[in-house]
Amino acid sequence: MGLAFYLAFKEIWRNKGRFFLVSLVIALITLLVLFIAALGEGLGTNNREYISKLDGQLVVFLEKSDYIISASRLRQATLRTVRRVEGVDDAGPVSTSSTAILLPPGSDNEVLKVSLLGVEAGRPGFPQLTAGRSFLSATAREVIVDQRVLDRSEIRIGDTITIRSTQGVEDEFFDLKVVGTTTGQAFFFQPAIFVAPSVWEKVRPKSDAELSNTVPAINIIVVRLKDPAQAEQVQANLLNAIKNIEVADIQTTINNIPGYTAQQGTVQTQGGFTLLIGILVIGGFFQIQILQKVPQIGVLKAIGASNPVVGLAAVIQISLVTAFGVAIGGGLTWLFSLGFPPTVPLFFNGTASALALAALLLIGPLGGLVSVIYAVRIEPLKALRLS
Amino acid sequence: MSVLVNIPARSPIASQISENNTVALEVRNVIKTFATDTGSINAVDDVSFSVRQGEFVALVGPSGSGKTTMLSILAALLTPTSGQVLIDGQDLAKMNEVQRVRLRREKIGFTFQSNNLIPFLNAVENVELMLRLNNRLDKAGRVRSAELLARLGLGDRLRNLPNQMSGGQQQRVAIARALIHSPTVVLADEPTASLDTERAFQVVQTFAALIHENNRAGIMVTHDLRMCEYVDRVLQMRDGKLVRVYETREEILALARGGEH
Repeated sequence: MGLAFYLAFKEIWRNKGRFFLVSLVIALITLLVLFIAALGEGLGTNNREYISKLDGQLVVFLEKSDYIISASRLRQATLRTVRRVEGVDDAGPVSTSSTAILLPPGSDNEVLKVSLLGVEAGRPGFPQLTAGRSFLSATAREVIVDQRVLDRSEIRIGDTITIRSTQGVEDEFFDLKVVGTTTGQAFFFQPAIFVAPSVWEKVRPKSDAELSNTVPAINIIVVRLKDPAQAEQVQANLLNAIKNIEVADIQTTINNIPGYTAQQGTVQTQGGFTLLIGILVIGGFFQIQILQKVPQIGVLKAIGASNPVVGLAAVIQISLVTAFGVAIGGGLTWLFSLGFPPTVPLFFNGTASALALAALLLIGPLGGLVSVIYAVRIEPLKALRLS
Repeated sequence: MSVLVNIPARSPIASQISENNTVALEVRNVIKTFATDTGSINAVDDVSFSVRQGEFVALVGPSGSGKTTMLSILAALLTPTSGQVLIDGQDLAKMNEVQRVRLRREKIGFTFQSNNLIPFLNAVENVELMLRLNNRLDKAGRVRSAELLARLGLGDRLRNLPNQMSGGQQQRVAIARALIHSPTVVLADEPTASLDTERAFQVVQTFAALIHENNRAGIMVTHDLRMCEYVDRVLQMRDGKLVRVYETREEILALARGGEH
């Protein structure tokens, strides 16, 4: 090990320029892979974040809605029945829509687009507050906003915001008082704002046909179980007790968010191909290097260096160069990420980044595998011009 | 022609090799057969000889005579088809690959025609490499490496990389590397092939002096008969066979003055 490390390190040290260039190539691949991973995580998070943090284990949809939230419409009666089903601890309605907050003159944008969610205070589906309070009543024109809304505007708790909502064919404006904040509650690529169901029904964008509605439409019902381990049993209970519904767990609900699975698949494929390109580039470089070093390796073996020493030296060298490149790439990624605006969905999730880094650290040894095998197979006779 | 090290007077060298000196290397009826498109060919054909400690032997012959194949067999890089090679009494044919690798690093010193040195190690590191390979690099070993290089006229080149040295200087570093771990046998494959005449004589003269001084068995493959002036015995090969042995000083000098093959 000591001799192998010595040979590997000395060669790198005495050829710093050449190996630095290889490290730079690895750094660029690292930059690309980490950004793709962060982008995938960011897009995924912005799409699923609210659903993934729901205070419940099951989600009730309208039958044949294919677990698509926007395609599901449930009645208030269904909500009441769900709450009575055996094994259900509590259930809360979630109504979804989209609207725009008017920003004060002088802001970068005229409006801030947000997801408008109708939820009952204290029920499953209601977000965890980070500051402020909940709604005073079911009809209070009060709103709880995601931290991103505060990050992208001058809005603070106690302010009154105005939302623009199309009612039929006319734009109408509604004032809502900000009473609380929550964090990490994006839904369908937009920060979410939360109002009580009856307020939601009043202020949400509506078609002509919906203008006379007064009873809030429910998209999904979030179900919290008495015993989360009994999810399958309660799911069966719900389906037996209520007609015209389908029930999914949280992960199924996320996977059926329109475009989510296709989007994640695309991003992961891009990441995979980038890693593959990295393996080929590094493999090619080290293979060329080994071919240039055949006489030198022949001499080493002829004077008594064993195959394990020669092979290990090659592996250590590839690993050192790769690790250096990944470290540079990680640093560059961090520096670049500081300059991106909050609207770019880059999320450096610890697990995803660690997995990407581990994959990147493996591409060197994987790419160099062929050259290591080649090095081990070089005959010491090469030193004597015999083959 | 400048002298690099203090060389003992040349003429009595042959007589200095006592009959009591131990046989370091023994070759018994070695045959090496290679398969060819048209059948097989004996690259080495029933060759026998021995080399004693402190003896410097030249293996000469025209191209294709089998001398490099013979050297490869002596270096445990090739296995003979039949016959025996014994170094320090150990039969190479009875060794597995791991044992042969160990034998090469412990009992054999090498210099090659070209690409001799590890290009990313400086002169002293190249010499110390043999001690590292044998797990024998300590403070004394470092001092000996530097001293040996200094004796070879490279005291001011210790930290130079191979590409910062001339061909002759590189060969002298290779000689130091071949001797630093006190091997039983020192093998040199055309050590002067890439050198001009003056450098070639200097290198072989130095090599011979160190072989004698350190009481090693040295075998040098060369096509340049002039280099035989500094050896104690010349083994001449042709078509794989050992056709003649030059043992007396007069015979060797006559051969050397005959010039190149």
